[in-house]
Parts: sequence; C-alpha cells; structure tokens
Amino acid sequence: MSTNKTVISHLRRLEAESIHIMREVAAEFTNPVMLYSIGKDSSVMLHLAMKAFYPSRPPFPLMHVDTTWKFREMIEFRDATARRLGLDLIVHVNEDGVKRGINPFDSGSSLHTQVMKTESLKQALDKYGFDAAFGGARRDEEKSRAKERIFSFRTATHAWDPKNQRPELWRVYNTRISKGESIRVFPLSNWTELDIWQYIMAENIPIVPLYFARKRPVVERGGALIMKDDDRMALLPGERIEERLVRFRTLGCYPLTGAIESGADTLEAIVTEMFTARTSERQGRLIDSDEKASMEKKKKEGYF
Amino acid sequence: MNAPTDLQSFLAAQEKKSLLRFLTCGSVDDGKSTLIGRLLYDTKLLFEDTLASLEKDSRKFGTTGEDIDFALLVDGLEAEREQGITIDVAYRFFATARRKFVVADTPGHEQYTRNMATGASTADLAVVLVDARQGILSQTRRHSVIASLLGIRHIVLAVNKIDLVGFDSDVFERIAADYRAFADSLDFLSIVPVPLSARFGDNVTNRSANTPWYKGPTLLDHLETVPVADDAAGRPFRFPVQYVNRPNLDFRGFAGTIASGVARPGDEVVVAKSGRSARIKRIVTQDGDLPEAVAGAAVTLLLDREIDVSRGNMLVAPDARPHVADRFAASLVWFHEGPLFPGRNYILRTETGQVSATVTELAARLNINDLSGAPAKTLNMNEVGVAHMATQAPLAFDVFRDNRTTGAFILIDRLTNATVAAGMIRGPLRRADNIHWQALDVDRKARAAIKHQRPKVLWFTGFSGSGKSTIANLLERKLHAAGRHTYMLDGDNVRHGLNRDLGFTDADRVENIRRVAEVARLMADAGIIVLVSFISPFRAERQRDLRRHADRGVHAARSEGALQEGDGRRDQEFYRHRFSLRGAGKA
Repeated sequence: MSTNKTVISHLRRLEAESIHIMREVAAEFTNPVMLYSIGKDSSVMLHLAMKAFYPSRPPFPLMHVDTTWKFREMIEFRDATARRLGLDLIVHVNEDGVKRGINPFDSGSSLHTQVMKTESLKQALDKYGFDAAFGGARRDEEKSRAKERIFSFRTATHAWDPKNQRPELWRVYNTRISKGESIRVFPLSNWTELDIWQYIMAENIPIVPLYFARKRPVVERGGALIMKDDDRMALLPGERIEERLVRFRTLGCYPLTGAIESGADTLEAIVTEMFTARTSERQGRLIDSDEKASMEKKKKEGYF
Repeated sequence: MNAPTDLQSFLAAQEKKSLLRFLTCGSVDDGKSTLIGRLLYDTKLLFEDTLASLEKDSRKFGTTGEDIDFALLVDGLEAEREQGITIDVAYRFFATARRKFVVADTPGHEQYTRNMATGASTADLAVVLVDARQGILSQTRRHSVIASLLGIRHIVLAVNKIDLVGFDSDVFERIAADYRAFADSLDFLSIVPVPLSARFGDNVTNRSANTPWYKGPTLLDHLETVPVADDAAGRPFRFPVQYVNRPNLDFRGFAGTIASGVARPGDEVVVAKSGRSARIKRIVTQDGDLPEAVAGAAVTLLLDREIDVSRGNMLVAPDARPHVADRFAASLVWFHEGPLFPGRNYILRTETGQVSATVTELAARLNINDLSGAPAKTLNMNEVGVAHMATQAPLAFDVFRDNRTTGAFILIDRLTNATVAAGMIRGPLRRADNIHWQALDVDRKARAAIKHQRPKVLWFTGFSGSGKSTIANLLERKLHAAGRHTYMLDGDNVRHGLNRDLGFTDADRVENIRRVAEVARLMADAGIIVLVSFISPFRAERQRDLRRHADRGVHAARSEGALQEGDGRRDQEFYRHRFSLRGAGKA
C-alpha cells in the first residue's frame, strides 16, 4: 500500500501503532485476554492481532461476554471466526442474570446492560484472573472515550477514575499493576470510523453480514427501527412488522440496536454512504442516551 | 451510488494526505476547548445528532448565553461539564481537503499539567492560547517550556478573545513581542502569532473583516500548510526489540517498531549493548516478506545468525551507534503530588526496557518565568529540572533531541506504580576518572570464610522509643559472646559523623538512609554481621534497602513497641530533638 519511501501511509501508521500496543501487552502481562464483541471494530482488532504475532498465533484467548440477546447472525459469525483462525474462545454469560430473568424489554436497557454486560464482564475477568483486557473502543466514538488512555488502569474492583488517569507519554506505556488490578487496553484508540471501513476494504476483512443492506423484518419502536430477530420480541399494540431495506452501523443486543434505512450492500457503498452521513454511529445505540454522561458512568462501573 | 473508481481515487487521496498532530495549551479560560469546537464546527465535521445534543447541552451547561458553547464538544467528562473546566486531555480527529489532523485538547489548570504533557508528547505543533486581555501568564510559559522540552518545534501563538479588546492591533503586537522575547531561548523553529476569536470565528478558518491590519494566515491555513517533515527515516537505524517471536525452533523473530532509519534484507545490524553483529535475513509480515521497512513500521526481523538480544535492547546501525551508559543527564518534568528525592529508587521505563534508577543529583531546577536554573534538593509537582541519573544496568539510548523515541523515558514509583515523571535524555555522563569496578581476588565469600560466619544485615525498624536499639544491643551482646564478628549501626551515632551534614528535610532523610544502607552493605561484604537500628520513615526506602540486601540475607525486624508504649511524650521528645538538630545543622 505504501509507495512513499520515507513516510508510511495513514492506514499503515495506524496498523503499526495497534500492533505495537498488542505486542507490548503480550510482553508485559501474564494473563491477557481479547474482548471480542463480534462487531466491525472487533474484526479489525482481531485481524491486527493475527498480524502482530505472525507466524505465531496471538498468545491470548478471545472472550465474548454474551448477553444472550445478540443477533443470531453475530453468534454464527463468532463461532465460525474462532474456528477459522484456530483461536481459543471463551463465552461468558451471567447465569445469575439469566436466572433473575433480566432482559432488555422488561428490565429496561439500563438494568439489562448493567447486569448482563458490565456485571458479567467483571465476573468473567475475576473468574479467569485476567490482568489485561483488550477492547476495540475508539476515541472518536464518544466524548468520554476521547479522554481515555490507551493503557487504562482499573482498580481491583474494575473501577475507572477518569479524574486521575496515569500520564501516558510517547509509546512508553506504564504497564505496572499490583495484584488484583488490571489494565484495559485500547489498540484502536486513534482510529476513526472511516479508517475502520477503509481498512476492512483494503484488507478484505470478514464482517457480520448485518452491516450490509438487506430486506429485514423491522418494527418501528421509540423512533428506532428494531429488527425482530427471534420470538422473544413481542409486538406492542399498534406495532407491525415490515420488511424494509436496512443495515446496521453498529451491532449490540438486537432489541437495543437501531437499523438504518440504506441500500448499501457492498463495502464500497457503505464507505460512500459514510461520507454523506449526517449522524454519528452511536446514535443507533439506545443505551448511550439513557442519561447524561451515561457512557462515562458505565465505564466507571466497569463497562467497556 | 458513485462508480467504485471514484471512490478508489478518493480513498487513495485520503491515504496520501499528511498528518499533523497538534495540541492546544495555555492557561485556564483562554479558550482552548472552544477553539477546537469552533474548528470542528467550521470544517463541517459535526454530525447532526452531535450538533443537536450540543445545542441542548449549551442551554443546560453553557457559559455563552444563547449561543452554542463549543467547549462542550470536547469537555466530555461529567466533572468537566459541571465545572466548566478541562481536566484531562481529549483527542479529536478531523480532516480537510489538504491534511488529516489529530488534536489534543489539554487542560490549563496547573494541577493537571501532567495531562498537558501527555498530549504534548505525541504532537508536532502546539497552539498556545493567550487571552488578549491577560497577555502571557505563568501557565503560558510553563506549557511553552514543557512543549519545547518534549520536542515540539512549531508554535502558533493564538491571541484569543481579540474581540474583547476591540480588535486592537497594538494589544496583539505587544503580546506577540512579549512571547517572542520569552520564547527566544526555547528550542522552537517557528512561532506564528494569530489574532483570533474562537467564540465568533475570526481568523480561525475565515479571514476576519475585523482585523484588516493582520496580514498573516488564518489558523487553519497555517495548520494545513506548516511543514513538519518527519525525518525519522533519514536518521540512523534504531530498532528497540519489543517481543521475541518463537513459534518453533527454526524461527526466532525480533518484533518491534522501527524508531528511525530503514531496514533492508542484507543490512548489517549491531546489538546496542553487546556490540555483536548480524545481518537482516528477512523482514517478516503476515502479508509477505518486505524488501524494505521504514521508521514507524511494526515488523518482525529475522537475522542470519543466532545472537543474544532481547526486550529492552536495540538493533542499530553499525556505523552510528547509540550511547550505552548507566549515568546520564536528563530533563525531567515532575508529575506527582509527592516530590522527587535524589537517592530514592524509581523504575525507569523506556519504550521497551525497564531498569532500576536513582537521581544522583538535581543539577538544576528551572524557574519557568525567567528560564533560569539553580541546583535543588527536590522537584515538586509540575516543576521542571535537569537531573543526573544512575541506572542499575547500562541503558542504550540516544539524546532526545536526536531521537524522540530512543531518548525518552518515564519514572514509575515502586510502591504505587504511579507514573511520576517524564524524562528526556540530554547526554551520557562520564563517571569520575579512574573509578571503575575493580575485579577483586579476595571476595565476599573468602572474607566471610576466615571469620567462620555468614555475613548478615539485621535491620531493626520502628518508631522512636520503641526499643529497637535495646533489642539490637542485647542481640549484639549475645552474638559477640558466641564469637561472632558484629557491628552495630545506630541512627543517632551515625548522625554525629558520617551523616553530620544532613538535616531533617524529607530529601535529607532519604539520603541519610541511603548512606546507612550502603555502609551496611560494605560491612556485610567485609564479612561482618551488621545490626542496623534505624527509623526509616519512608516505605519506599525501606523496600529498596531490603532489596539491596536481598541476595545477602538481610532480615528486617520491626519493633512494634511504639504502638503500645511509645506515647505522645516520647514522640514529642523525638520531634523536639529533631528540630533542634535541624537548627544546629544550619548553624
């Protein structure tokens, strides 16, 4: 890709930075894990991990914190990816939350996310004793993420203190922690949504088909287009299912993820659409706008 | 939908754009966050939902009446929005037709200087904001000094809120002249003053009709065109080894990011610390072997022969090698609430290496107002100084001015793991002439053997009056009676001789303990069982001293007596004693 002899191109620079970060974690931590959320950012992160340690396999497992409410296509894609790359995949479900019947419809998005994602993640990190966990978050996604370090310290109770972060200079990362503490590592910090798509296109990275436009059964609810992915979603009075040409800019729990109407059914079309986009990708996430500064609040509690 | 070819050529153009990383800095309320918000707004990079929530937030938290408060775009933390200040650095990304930008919005409060340094460390240019009504403040100077130390060579002096001084050219010229006079001795290649109003947009992206007397570029014009050529590829080859990749016995790859220079198969490289050489056999990536890799590339190198090199070492050009030394001078920016003490042990972390280090001397503490320096005993939070460093093992490094990657380090506190300082290496220091480690024939073991004992250091610690000296005394009598060669180092006695020159400041107490630990070590080397009875008030020093003797069988005994019987009266005596001594020391 680089034709210029003295300066590496934009995507190669981002790629190199992410690879450097991953190798740093492999060299300094005893029990790292890669949080794999199945979305496009996770796909890029995993692709970079394969590059970072080539010809070896990444020296850490993947872990998916499953809320049991992900799109079915996401789960199929997850299992196929782990098989294709020959990687260890840990799937963790908060069984206690399942027993309590927590779900996005009756419990509300806030409680559902708290119990099935945040609490569940903490359970999993404690259970396996991971001392470093990669996440695919980017700084351009959201205001509190724009403030976070690449190596982001967490206390033994997984808390983030945004007012007291470690200084982080150059590529000199402070990887030291005491027993029980951990570091969340964000190798995609400096990527933008456009970079991610350009890279997926340049590198031909497989992504979940839900990102491409197709006729899907959706229900208009609370101003968002929700796809009825299984029978657990009951229709409210007045609601009806429509077949519409839609795709997803971001993927999460299906009842909490709004589709957008779009005809973009190829990567080229998606990227073209991006340039004319007038809304940011997280708008499709119903959980971000629960309350003021809600991402920061969730992050302080241990959300990724 | 456009034809894919259009998209491809558009994307190719995106790839070719150069990148400028810059930060905004300056004093509190000079309008840094507002300026970035304005840049994003004027370059039409805000999404509709972002704008809608900005308008909503402006009404709730805004400080600009009916208008949009652009600062709320970047001040993303709850505490920041409530207090209307910036606490931590935020990174924002935007692009124009000419360039891509990463901007770090850094806090102005002195308390959060470390976060400003974080943003500055990866930037090529600093936009230093000044409130036209206030002129140059001490925080303006501090940020300029730190920017200069961290290797930033280009400054934009943004004289903001020019509307509030009636767009007066005299005010602008005076501030620009003041700044030039101050920054003259700092290491900047360009200083470009721009009169602007972040709130109303004058001279940010559009030339203002209110400042007809200003002939220079708008802020964005300048940012789009200022040359910040990265010549890392043109400098000598440096490859800090980050990770050794060994999938099988036939593959031993050295993974890392090229810090400077170019690598090609066939090139000779040398291991920085050992001087052993080899040739690059392959540059391995998942996308196939490369014929060449330049600075900034993350690659895996295979060499043509087995040589010993691991994380923390470097592969370098044979004809232009880095320094390898355990003594060097460095500029330090101190970040931590607790001050720096010469003699205390820190972890020094470079990009891939880590080693135990102490500051042996603070050669200068910088007065940021007049840029004068004077020797000092401590460095407090947000202060800048020049330190002489000693590391436990030699370090391979370049001078920071020559190489921002291989000349930089951070200091980490051993107990809390906090990052306490940023360091920029100025150059190696030679040890005093003729002081080399002498290889001695009679060693520690031999000396111990003729005394028929195993040398030990027994460290008795505890509060003043807790009875540690009494216990140590008793033990020494018993050991002596058993025919052992012993010596007792007592805190008070040492103060009368070896440490007569030390007072009771924190820095002196650290030095006091360091000396005692060294003496104990020498005596143990001589074969003696050493009993040390000493208050060591700093956990950091106690730990270090224990570590120092770790291989020599040191034992720590803490006398807890003080907890039960070391009552207030005794403490008072101790402190009275201490203060009188301090007075005496001065006289």
